[in-house]
Amino acid sequence: MIEILKEYFIDILRGVGYTMLVALIGTIVGLFIGILIGIYRTIPTPKNKVARVFKKIGDVILSAYVEVFRGTPMMVQAMVIFWGVALLNNGSTMDVTISGLIIVSINTGAYMAEIVRGGIISIDKGQFEGAHAIGMGHGKTMLYVVMPQALRNILPSVSNEFIINIKDTSVLNVIGFTELFFVAKDIVKQTYQTFQTYLLVAIVYFILTFGISMLLRLIERKMDGNKNYKVLGSQNMDAESFAKQVEASNEK
Amino acid sequence: MKNNNNLQNNAVLGLQSTATVAQTSESAQADTPIIQIEHLGKTFGENVVLKDIDFTVKAGDVTCIIGPSGSGKSTLLRCINLFEEPTSGRILFHGQDITATKHPSKFREKMGMVFQSFNLFNNYNVLHNCTLGPRKVLKMGKAEAEQLAKKYLAQVGMDAYINARPSQLSGGQKQRVAIARALCMNPEVLLFDEPTSALDPEMVGEVLATMRALAKDGLTMIVVTHEMSFAREVSSHVVFMDGGVIVEEGTPDEIFNNPQEERTRSFLSRV
Repeated sequence: MIEILKEYFIDILRGVGYTMLVALIGTIVGLFIGILIGIYRTIPTPKNKVARVFKKIGDVILSAYVEVFRGTPMMVQAMVIFWGVALLNNGSTMDVTISGLIIVSINTGAYMAEIVRGGIISIDKGQFEGAHAIGMGHGKTMLYVVMPQALRNILPSVSNEFIINIKDTSVLNVIGFTELFFVAKDIVKQTYQTFQTYLLVAIVYFILTFGISMLLRLIERKMDGNKNYKVLGSQNMDAESFAKQVEASNEK
Repeated sequence: MKNNNNLQNNAVLGLQSTATVAQTSESAQADTPIIQIEHLGKTFGENVVLKDIDFTVKAGDVTCIIGPSGSGKSTLLRCINLFEEPTSGRILFHGQDITATKHPSKFREKMGMVFQSFNLFNNYNVLHNCTLGPRKVLKMGKAEAEQLAKKYLAQVGMDAYINARPSQLSGGQKQRVAIARALCMNPEVLLFDEPTSALDPEMVGEVLATMRALAKDGLTMIVVTHEMSFAREVSSHVVFMDGGVIVEEGTPDEIFNNPQEERTRSFLSRV
């Protein structure tokens, strides 16, 4: 195993690089897709009839997207998209890295849409009303009040998706994407040490996912902020003394 | 002592900030109402919540809406802010019908609202809660918005807590911050939806004291409340509602000392 690692270190490193690239970008773009869909889906039903019809059409298209990409294996999606594009382009295939990024992003987006929607509906109605009461519309309410809280709440689920993506990019070997699993297959072809190679790759995958999950836990803790706060000036502001002070200033 | 001075200064500042409102009420336009409600009705499905409501709020008025639970007080207040869409009737804001508007935000930024459940933004600290509206809705600069927020936070006695998060405050403190947040938008009228119902008696005192000070400064307020002593002492106008209609309205003296309707008498005798 050590010999394999020594001999093919550069190849394995390249595989790790591609795996992480696709998993990271796929998760971020997927989250972005999910946020957009989540915000669109929570727009209040418009009063205008034409606008309502358009909103409805958009809703149908988006739920079709979510259901189709959640309901089929990513390996199949990769084949259909990769060879579908090739067919449309008279046999010339897309760049493998780019198609890998696109496939993982769209696939993750479908899951993220549901995760973000769950995050938004978990926010108390009072937060929306508080924002509306100071004159914010749907967009500003979402951007400044609801989404920051929703994103914090869904961070564990997003971490989950990221880790799933690190592992699931391995299916992209079917379109010839040189991620970690593809590299492993290559090594096996040359060394015939099947068990040793795949055990090594399993360890590498675990180090990646475990490292990432630790990192994300750290980010969560950072986002929660400091538990303490500083009181500036007098702390004698309990109910009674405050009421007295106000009364006193009222009398003068 | 130092604190006391601060509060006085801030009370003066508060007077200046609401001076426009006070002036309007003294000038020739004194009779132009800020809010006029005409034949307002609201139903939720089969359930009739408001029937043929009429009333008027002039600049500087402190209107208290009292009545038993389920009488439609809160729904009426939420209709004024367009949180609920009225089924019939009109709400005029400076003579303009707002029930048909496509942009309720335009009117909401001129009408502050204070909720029973505070509704402070959990993701921001006290200062940021107060500056968000001025910065993002009124497009004010950061320094200016913070100065404004600190002024109003001092007025409600919460300037020491600008770094605290809402979850770290008591109920009364949260409500005072919520009042400061509403004031930062420099509203023409401030709506209170049972602001003290979720508080213990001591905290009720601190919030009512804050509201008294605002009334004294000449701020126009509509207050849905169960605090009868507050309604009696502070309001200029009392509306008694029951079963979705206004049973009786008048000055606090008329309603509390000489109620004309049997229903009003029986309600007040039980409070």
